[in-house]
Amino acid sequence: MHLNDPAIIQFLKWLGGLLTGDLGRSYSNNMPVADLIGRRLVNTLELGLVTAIVSVPLSLALGIAAAINQGTVYDRVVSTLTVGFISVPEFLIATAAQLIFAVYLKWLPALSLAADINSIGDLLRIYTMPVITLILVNSAQMIRMTRAAVIETLHTPYVEMALLKGASRGRMVFRHAVPNTLGPIFNAIALSLSYLLGGVIIVESIFNYPGIAKLMVDAVATRDLPLIQSCAMIFCIGYLVLVTVADIVAILSNPRLR
Amino acid sequence: MQELVKVRELKVDAKTDSGRLVEIIRNVSFDIFAGEVVALIGESGSGKTTIALTLMGYARPGCRISGGQVMFDDRDLVILPERERARLRGNEIAYIPQSAAAAFNPAKKIIDQVTEVGAIHKTISMDQARIKAVALFRALALPDPKTIGDRYPHQVSGGQLQRLAAAMALMSDPKLLIFDEPTTALDVTTQIEVLRAFKAVLAERNIAGVYVSHDLAVVAQIADRIIVLKNGEIQEVGKTEQIIKEPVHSYTRDLISAVEPASLRRDGDTTQSDSTILEVRNLVAGYGAKTDDGLPQVVAVKSVDINIPKGRNLGVVGESGSGKSTLARAVAGILPASSGTIIFDGSELALDVRQRSREALRQLQIVFQYADTSLNPARSIEDILARPLQFYHRMNGQSCAKRIDQLLDMVQLPRTVKFRLPSELSGGQKQRVNLARALAAEPKLILCDEVTSALDTVVAAAIIDLLKELQRELELSYLFISHDLSTVRAICDDVAIMLSGEKIEQTPPEKIGCPDAHPYSQLLFASVPKLDTGWLDALVQDPKLTEAFARRKGD
Repeated sequence: MHLNDPAIIQFLKWLGGLLTGDLGRSYSNNMPVADLIGRRLVNTLELGLVTAIVSVPLSLALGIAAAINQGTVYDRVVSTLTVGFISVPEFLIATAAQLIFAVYLKWLPALSLAADINSIGDLLRIYTMPVITLILVNSAQMIRMTRAAVIETLHTPYVEMALLKGASRGRMVFRHAVPNTLGPIFNAIALSLSYLLGGVIIVESIFNYPGIAKLMVDAVATRDLPLIQSCAMIFCIGYLVLVTVADIVAILSNPRLR
Repeated sequence: MQELVKVRELKVDAKTDSGRLVEIIRNVSFDIFAGEVVALIGESGSGKTTIALTLMGYARPGCRISGGQVMFDDRDLVILPERERARLRGNEIAYIPQSAAAAFNPAKKIIDQVTEVGAIHKTISMDQARIKAVALFRALALPDPKTIGDRYPHQVSGGQLQRLAAAMALMSDPKLLIFDEPTTALDVTTQIEVLRAFKAVLAERNIAGVYVSHDLAVVAQIADRIIVLKNGEIQEVGKTEQIIKEPVHSYTRDLISAVEPASLRRDGDTTQSDSTILEVRNLVAGYGAKTDDGLPQVVAVKSVDINIPKGRNLGVVGESGSGKSTLARAVAGILPASSGTIIFDGSELALDVRQRSREALRQLQIVFQYADTSLNPARSIEDILARPLQFYHRMNGQSCAKRIDQLLDMVQLPRTVKFRLPSELSGGQKQRVNLARALAAEPKLILCDEVTSALDTVVAAAIIDLLKELQRELELSYLFISHDLSTVRAICDDVAIMLSGEKIEQTPPEKIGCPDAHPYSQLLFASVPKLDTGWLDALVQDPKLTEAFARRKGD
């Protein structure tokens, strides 16, 4: 563990190890951290991916629809609900979901144990509750940002010009407004998905999902520093990658920055 | 001739922020015949753009056509379903916007936007549309007609974009073309080319036009008939010749007299005053970090000398990008000049405003173009005017309140204005407050940076009169910056002409454009539209000269 070395050397050695794939050994069970993380990282990514696949198109659709129908009943319902879901913490939503679907209705299992998966039906049953919880919290933020960005571009002179060229409403929105909102929308998506990294810790803990976040929480309980460090690094990298991708998309979507 | 458009008793309502309904167009009726160009003339808020847009069956968000008829080819656009209206828009009625720079979608190539009309109305195949667009680009005298469409809007100049917008409108061979102040955002030399292109296209294709503008001189070149509007009502309708030469309505006469403000008459005082208020030598200023040779990255003002005798006014004229505003900012010290000398009232000033004494700051004041953005929206007029009084004169309480009343009297505003916020005043009133704030310091020299450019002609003429009157009373000097030659001529004793950061000439105003003047000043002078219907057709310009300066500006 190089505990005799000065702190800076310890840090450099850890950094070198990180770059070469050697994440060190766990204090508590003396196994390589990389082995502990491996399978669980895949589980977490699966959870995140399923959430993203459902929530991104869903929030874009709902957000754009709310912007087009600004001020209507539909818009108000969507806006109110999104504010509601942003305000309620995810552990409350997760607990409520467990209470309703697992305890009262008994439709879904309360815990997500990957070992029980034998069919697609099982897969769906296991993923449903964690994914729904994550989607509710994440999409709310994305819907609001999408709605605001689209409304702003709908008021620009070039969208009015499209209207005066005889363009239909759909054409105005999808050909003229949306391409110009890609930058801000992707930024909102990246921020929401990186927020998902935080949300995943709570969701995995509550549903006992065997992912990396649960691993991190357990590592905190056993004061397993190398494991905590590695998990934290993985979350950081995830965040940086998402934000960088968003910036690149923003640049590509704007000819002035290209 | 047959009527193409019949507007009868048109009424448009607008909803204010407080939810009240206000009638902004009241019982407007007029006709447009096939092939005729009708101009809608009026100040901002007169409803001219609103009326033009109703001809496409459209009212901006917050507005609503509340009554009347807009008959186009025997179809009433007011009651036509939206789908039918969309079928007419861009197809039979086309629109050329005020700011083409804002009306082009920044994320799409120009050619895709120009040919989009064909795609929307499915009147023409995409390949044919491209061929047609290129032909139109050529007809409108655009450079590189084959490839210009492959660029994005930010890659072409303002004048070119305006012509590209015209090409976009002409794609579908419309019967009616609506021009919404299409040359207001352009420099005078560019305006001529664009106007010529419009006029040629209208005549050649026998298209009827509606030309919305606040500028009578421009309208005189292109319109057959003029409709004068004020507060959403028609004041006068007549043939262009008649409106310009024999206006009947008093408001029309006001508009006409505002086009060419009376020149500054100094009673007997023609002797040069001996002392100098401002002398600037070899001033170099620009933007960006300093490079190795000590110059800024972008040099906007290149070694300019100016000299203003006490009690005199110097006008600085130039087109956009000529460095005239930068010159004012450098003299004021807001943008410290990178080299040069500024001598104010006998003593040298520091180039950076932060190193100047409070007394020097007091004597040299600046008034900006946009009163909207230079007055703090959260402060009452009283607070705004009290600030310089406290800062420069340490006035407080009663003396301060008394002085504020005096200042408001000076700029001819009612004293009750002081309790209001800037947003509760009109554009002209805000500019007066802006001026009063500069006067509060009791300066010797005021730098006026395009102070009338954002105002309507009649209001601008009143501000110019006010400036002259204040000068008589307070022995002020002005450094008056404008892109508008006629305004400058009305108030200045001397005019400096700027081109690409250099002062190319300084002459008394009556000598601008003389045969022995600098070729650019001649070009600039010749490009200012005159209140004469034959002016544009009679205007002969050396194309080589125009091109040479256009290129020089662009670099």
